[in-house]
Amino acid sequence: MKTLTFPDFVINRDNEKCIQCEVCVRQCAFDAHTLDKETNKVETDIKKCVGCLRCATMCPTGALCVSEYSQKIRKNCNWNEKQLKELYKQAETGGVLLTGMGTDKDYKIIWDHILLDAAQVTNPSIDPLREPMELRTYLGSKPSKIDFRFDISDLKLKNLQKGILKTKLPPQLKIETPILFSAMSYGAISLNVCRALAQAAEECGIYYNTGEGGLHKDLYKYSKNTIVQVASGRFGVNPDYFEAAAAVEIKIGQGAKPGIGGHLPGEKVTEEISQTRMIPSGTDALSPAPHHDIYSIEDLSQLIYSLKEATEYKKPISVKVAAVHNIAAIASGIVRAGADIVAIDGIRGGTGAAPTRIRDNVGIPIELAIASVDSRLREEGIRNRASIIAAGGFRNSGDVVKAITLGADAVYIGTAALVAMGCHLCQKCYTGKCNWGIATQDPYLVKRLNPDIAARRLINLIKAWSHEIKEIMGGMGINAIESLRGNRLRLRGFDLHDNELKILDIKPAGESL
Amino acid sequence: MKKIYFREEYCMACRLCEIACLVAHSKSKKIIKAYKEEFPNLTPRLVIEQNGPLSFAIQCRHCEDAPCIAACVTGAMHRDRKTNAVSHNAEKCVGCWMCIMSCPFGVILRDIKEKKVATKCDLCSDEKILACVNACPNEALICAESIKNKDKKKE
Repeated sequence: MKTLTFPDFVINRDNEKCIQCEVCVRQCAFDAHTLDKETNKVETDIKKCVGCLRCATMCPTGALCVSEYSQKIRKNCNWNEKQLKELYKQAETGGVLLTGMGTDKDYKIIWDHILLDAAQVTNPSIDPLREPMELRTYLGSKPSKIDFRFDISDLKLKNLQKGILKTKLPPQLKIETPILFSAMSYGAISLNVCRALAQAAEECGIYYNTGEGGLHKDLYKYSKNTIVQVASGRFGVNPDYFEAAAAVEIKIGQGAKPGIGGHLPGEKVTEEISQTRMIPSGTDALSPAPHHDIYSIEDLSQLIYSLKEATEYKKPISVKVAAVHNIAAIASGIVRAGADIVAIDGIRGGTGAAPTRIRDNVGIPIELAIASVDSRLREEGIRNRASIIAAGGFRNSGDVVKAITLGADAVYIGTAALVAMGCHLCQKCYTGKCNWGIATQDPYLVKRLNPDIAARRLINLIKAWSHEIKEIMGGMGINAIESLRGNRLRLRGFDLHDNELKILDIKPAGESL
Repeated sequence: MKKIYFREEYCMACRLCEIACLVAHSKSKKIIKAYKEEFPNLTPRLVIEQNGPLSFAIQCRHCEDAPCIAACVTGAMHRDRKTNAVSHNAEKCVGCWMCIMSCPFGVILRDIKEKKVATKCDLCSDEKILACVNACPNEALICAESIKNKDKKKE
């Protein structure tokens, strides 16, 4: 069938600069650049270009420029180019549209409408380069009260001052900065990417999340910084998996596709992945949409406690859900079910593959979800029983500070971490042809990502964000992340509706205390 | 001495090292000028081997017991006293290509520029930065005293 759709991008090749070195030909897994063997000239097929910019980045002479396709359809706000292209595609294939990464729809980003406070005159700001700043925090259930005693058997003053904790604290995850790497499974991303995330997490004193794809044997050495996931497919779940982990996360849903399962096509299930996931190689790895043993909060509680039993109550159990309309009540149920950590993924959360319609239309923004969950848990007096990790489209340290100020304990970053490693958000993760060597299992492409370089880039990112968070906190006159958490008085809404302000529970900009 | 090592697990066969090597050994040292004006007379000093997904760039290993030095009839191929590298003096070379025959790595190439002589990696003798190492986007080529490769040890 002749396709009626038109290209997304144009590739301009400056022939003055092009030296016919074929780097672009070798770098494009989508075959947008090819060599004509007869004329020995490099040719370009713009229809195949996905706009990942790999060729333009690698071109040694800068001869390539990828830009938006300039031929436009008649302007129509209702039936725009994107809609038309999708219609043509569906008319030609008869299939569900697939996509990758988080939604690219032009939703209002509430972070950009929340403003932070700073100290002026009435309270002093702090210089983070000269004074200590505490970004360390602990994730896990906190007791309602703590009892301690003093050791009176030894009457030295030094010992008398030291209290001894009588309350047995539930297991905690210590993080040096309130940023963790989101769940990305081996299968969706390559093993080299998993390695980079693990190395960076170890170096930064934070955690990375295995996702639902099991834990590869090479990654067991990073177990101190690993959160393992138990999802509906139960891939790779075994006693060693729990033994290796610092915490276990039950994945109910993810922000990009709430209510939808996962499907790793058989061609991606290589020998290594089949061993890690504990499924036959070459078979599709199907994650059902629901956990077939969880149909209520009580069922969830059973799974939480069976995992706690399996880990001898030594490891915090997290439950990850997508931010949906009833998130506050759901989170309350999760906390009451016994979870130590609630991870909430907003609508802008990323994915390796999701139906476009689901990704772009289902869920709620994380900003509102954090605020409503935190408020609800506080109202019910159970906020201390679980930590909240927010996820879904955190773009910079400003977003992180705002999330923590709204009430999150830490944030998960996925897309930002991938971008740090080279991702250019072409949204073609589901094709398995990632030119940046990230979302692929093709041995030609996997090699493109050197985990040492990627880990260095991730470490730099986390360090940079941590410095910025300290800088922002210093400006606010706050010296510990714990004092920032839920401190919504230090936020102001700008250009937000009354209802949004009400849910966020923040004052509009200009209103004093 | 410092040598150039390759790590085949990260080589993606982009051949940017080859391009950088060509340019570094060109007259103009400008990439576009070198390719557009000098091209047929340029020979890279490294060889990229590729078989399926396995690939690597290899250049002179500067062997301790270098067969090319032993094979050279004119003394053009010699060991540099300062750097301990295997060097090639094009002035002395008569182009008998015995070095090419004897090199176990196949990294000595024919230079067809002016007179037919052999050519090989000179560790970018004039420059401090090694062109191929600098050009590799994935650190598959590294310059080091020795290579520590965890995966290799296992094997």
